[in-house]
This record gives sequence, structure tokens and C-alpha cells, in this order.
Amino acid sequence: MSGWLRFAPIFLLVLIVAAMLWRLANPPDTTVHSQMIGKAVPQFVLAAAVPGVAGLSSAQLADGKPKLVHFFASWCVPCIGEAPVLDQLKKQGMAIEGIAIRDRPEELAQFLARYGNPFDRIGSDPESKTQLAFGSSGVPETFVVDGRGVIRLQHIGAIQPGEIPAITAAVEQAR
Amino acid sequence: MRFVLLAFALVLAAPALADSDMPPAYWANRQLPNPSQESEAQGLMQEIRCLVCQGESIADSDAELAGDMRDLVRRRVAAGEKPASIRAWLIQRYGNWISFRPPTQPIGWPLWLAPFVLLVVGALLAASRLKRRRRR
Repeated sequence: MSGWLRFAPIFLLVLIVAAMLWRLANPPDTTVHSQMIGKAVPQFVLAAAVPGVAGLSSAQLADGKPKLVHFFASWCVPCIGEAPVLDQLKKQGMAIEGIAIRDRPEELAQFLARYGNPFDRIGSDPESKTQLAFGSSGVPETFVVDGRGVIRLQHIGAIQPGEIPAITAAVEQAR
Repeated sequence: MRFVLLAFALVLAAPALADSDMPPAYWANRQLPNPSQESEAQGLMQEIRCLVCQGESIADSDAELAGDMRDLVRRRVAAGEKPASIRAWLIQRYGNWISFRPPTQPIGWPLWLAPFVLLVVGALLAASRLKRRRRR
């Protein structure tokens, strides 16, 4: 046991510590990306989440026009901050469909009255079934769906004002 | 004093709402009446990763979404679907990551081979040392 072999354990230790430090400095990405990109939207029929706004079904997503499908909830705090951004997208002429996760009609109506309603339709998903079918894992999340009802993009978390051009470009591309 | 009062106020403060205030889904915390179906569902739930508490299975996690996933698994098992097909449905949406028992892929082979390689290296090391000692 002579020469460089004697130092092998120390080299090994340095290697392990370096790997640990590297992982600490570059934490892994914990967001869950949907594998449904490029596939047709899953079949679903959702009842209206609030009186006065129509419910949503998968058939309505394949009407020739690209759309945003937005998963949100009245109990979701980041969704409040995202409301002005959705409003702006709506003003640009974008069609936005909502899916309300685990929500009550009265609370959702209050939320829409306070923060605005950019949605053409809002389906109620009380047991997150449609959310799971989309491969989504939280609120808020936004999917770009093209005119044939194929999912083109998933945006995880609230859309920031600076991300509006990217979303608009994705919708343009889905045309 | 002010600090103590503030500390007490923080203890009493309600946590930020990260979950809805809806009751859990019907089958989230309820066993299926058919014991063999329930054990099938349990087996699968212990192998599916929670999307929120990512180190836990949906059987162990208290997250609301995990409850909804247990509801989904139990409903489908009760409807006669096989656990393998429910697992495939989830993998189609979330990738192999969702399963705690992912299929072996070429990238994982070194991991499976490592114990045997280490065993052989250890044996060689021990053999060379014992030989030297005998010679002494």
C-alpha cells in the first residue's frame, strides 16, 4: 500500500464534499413538469363554478382558436397577484378559460368581483380530477392549448408581467 | 415586553392559507368496503409520489392534492381498474418520477452494478493484504 493509493480515501472524501457543496449551490428543480405537452387535452366535462359564467368541457377547447387554460382558486394567494396580468392578456384579445380547483361558488364569486373576471368560462374541479388529468400539480398554472385542442405549453406559477410576451408568442405559434 | 407580546401574537396568528377550506375528497381518508380492493389501492398509493411533499408517498402525505390522488386511486380500483393501469395513467401525465418504483434504465445500471464492483474490489484488497501478512 504505497504511493498514490495511500491518499485515495482523502481524494474520495474531497470528491464527496465537492459534490455535496455543488448540490447545495445548485438545488435541484422541484417543479413538476407535465408530460402532456404535444398531446390532446384529456376528456373532461366540468360544471359551472359560479352562477352566471358557463362551465367548461374539453370539446370546447378544440374550436379552432388557441386558448389559455388557467388553473386557479379563490384560496390561492399568488392568483391574486396574477389577476392584473390575466386582465392584460384578456385586453390583448386572448381567450382565457378557467378551471377552479376545490372552490365554493360564493367564495369564487367574491374573488372575481374583487380581482376581475378575465375568463370566458369557468369549470369547477372540486376533487382536482381534471388538474391531475392535465399533469398539473398546483395553482396557479396555465396551459396554452391550440385550436385543435392540443396542449402546447405549461406555465408553472403566476405569470409575471415580464413573461407576457413569451405567453403571447406561444399562443401566436399555436394558431 | 413588547417582544414577548409580539411573539405571543405570532403564536396565535393563523397560518397563510396554502390549502382550500373544502373538506377532503370522499375516498381520501376512507377505506374501500371491499378489503381486497382496499389492499390493492394501498399497495399502489404507497408507491406513488406526492406532488406536493415530494419525498412522501400519497399514502403518507397530508397534502390536499395527495388526498385527491388517493380518492382517484380508490375510485378507479373500486370501478375494477387494475393498479398497473392507474400507475401507467399517472406516469403518462407526470413521468416515471411519480412512481417510487421506476423502471431500470441504462442510466441507472452503474448504481445497480456498484455493490458487486465494490465487493470484488474489497475482496481483492483483502486478499492482497492477507497474502502479505502470511509472507511476513
